[in-house]
Amino acid sequence: MQFMNHMTLGQYVPADSFVHRLDPRCKILATVALLAGVFLVTDLRLFPGWALLLVAVSALAKIPLSMVLRSARPVVFLVLITALIHVFLTKGDPLWRWGIFTITAEGVVMASRMALRLLFLVLFAGLLTLTTSPMELSDGLERLFAPLTPLGFPAHDLAMMMTIALRFIPTLLDETDRIMKAQLARGADLDRGNIVRRLRAFIPVLVPLFVIVFQRADDLATAMEARGYRGGKGRSRLNPLHWRARDGLALASVVALVVAGAAADRWLT
Amino acid sequence: MAEGFVSVLKGVRFSYPRTDTAALDGVDLEIRAGEWIALLGPNGSGKSTLAKHLNALLAPTQGVCLVCGRDTRDEKALEAIRRLVAMVFQNPDNQLVAAVVEEDAAFGPENAGLPPEVIRSRVDWALSVCGLSGKERSPVYTLSGGQKQRLAVAGALAMEPPCLVLDEATAMLDPQGRTEIMDVVADLNGRGMTIVQITHRLEEVVSCDRVAVIDGGVLRWQGTPLDLFALGPDLLATWGLETPPFIRLWQELCGAGLLDPAVPPSPKEVLDALCR
Ligand SMILES: Nc1ncnc2c1ncn2[C@@H]1O[C@H](COP(=O)(O)OP(=O)(O)OP(=O)(O)O)[C@@H](O)[C@H]1O
Ligand SMILES: [Mg+2]
Repeated sequence: MQFMNHMTLGQYVPADSFVHRLDPRCKILATVALLAGVFLVTDLRLFPGWALLLVAVSALAKIPLSMVLRSARPVVFLVLITALIHVFLTKGDPLWRWGIFTITAEGVVMASRMALRLLFLVLFAGLLTLTTSPMELSDGLERLFAPLTPLGFPAHDLAMMMTIALRFIPTLLDETDRIMKAQLARGADLDRGNIVRRLRAFIPVLVPLFVIVFQRADDLATAMEARGYRGGKGRSRLNPLHWRARDGLALASVVALVVAGAAADRWLT
Repeated sequence: MAEGFVSVLKGVRFSYPRTDTAALDGVDLEIRAGEWIALLGPNGSGKSTLAKHLNALLAPTQGVCLVCGRDTRDEKALEAIRRLVAMVFQNPDNQLVAAVVEEDAAFGPENAGLPPEVIRSRVDWALSVCGLSGKERSPVYTLSGGQKQRLAVAGALAMEPPCLVLDEATAMLDPQGRTEIMDVVADLNGRGMTIVQITHRLEEVVSCDRVAVIDGGVLRWQGTPLDLFALGPDLLATWGLETPPFIRLWQELCGAGLLDPAVPPSPKEVLDALCR
């Protein structure tokens, strides 16, 4: 059940805060601005600024900092690898040498910069998904990409796909579980032997799953048609998005911060 | 809400693409405003095929199907027809679209492009009729099977259709869930909604106004539930229908003069008659 919660809500933490109440479009655009900022700023002396901003926004969103930091856990390994690669492969003044390994001053700076950039990237994106439900996210993305629809970009269809995926992933996980139990009851051996054997043992689970998925897709398409679905055209929403003054202000402040950061970076280097 | 609703099928024949046999073979049927009609037939008899004709998911290969005078083959009438006739299908898991209860109930009205306030009031009404008030923001996967099916009914109701078609909507539910749905349906019919209930279970037609028996794509018989039960198990068996023990018991009691055959069978009366 914990895992299922995970699928429908993503890592969304419902709370009544200023950040939660912002329009998802504002939060998506602000996140994009922040990600750009993280890449524009190169001077390490400015990075504490990002940390400060992260702490401030988490407080404003009433989300414990530990929870925000936890959202970076899946990429810790990637961050370390990135750092190691840059430490050892950047050329410059050698600080330390051992056999074929050399560490340079430039390498240390480069490694810290890359690792911190990656970390802040994930943390800011995490802040977005912690304060915005997947439904709001898909609504926001649909509206943001809507201007591209005349050019053939399927904004509505992608959003509808996301909605349906959110609806069906828990059901399909249930189904997989049920089929696996059925196969286990018939003596299938799903978790012994090497990877090839395990994959082969999984085929009897996948085949019925595929049959079920296609049957479901067919039924769902019929049901959607019966409920008057004709694509995104002429559709309205129960909870339409509202862009308010505070959304404009919040977005403008974030963009101003990013611009200031980039300017400070130019001036320092 | 049902004034003037009427659906007429005349000589409807239908074959699925790439098949030789006709799934419907000359069906004549009229569905009138405010009635509760049951379509009864064994597996593969063409019930679902007929149901899908009622809201233009399928169009007849021959003959005509009219919903309030609109031909279901007319592409331009599709939108109007779908608003007149809503459908609930067998598997609740295969017809709910959104991950959150109120979002799913709103799906139909959203497709119709109604303003948010109207959608909100319809969703609230539909959820309350189906006993789902208070669950508006719940994720769909946290609902029981019966609750999911009631949500499917709510989704259909939110379109405020004069006619509701239920295609074996209780078949996958436990007795508890089945009762929940049937109570909602009886309530809706009491408010004047036309109900087309598809089933292969004889005991589910007890409280409806009219039964149409379909077998092999042909309408074999039409009449009241009491007349149907009076036909006897042998004739029903030739149409692939099994008379459930409860109905048999009721017939025995009627035969023995312990119950009045003009009163529809109810578990309570059968129990009283047995105790006497
Ligand atoms: N998509 C399809 N393609 C081809 N043949 C079909 C299709 N759907 C149904 N049929 C055939 O049409 C006939 C009528 O099917 P239908 O689904 O209407 O029966 P039903 O009375 O609803 O049965 P059930 O009780 O199983 O739901 C059957 O012989 C069936 O095999
Ligand atoms: Mg059927």
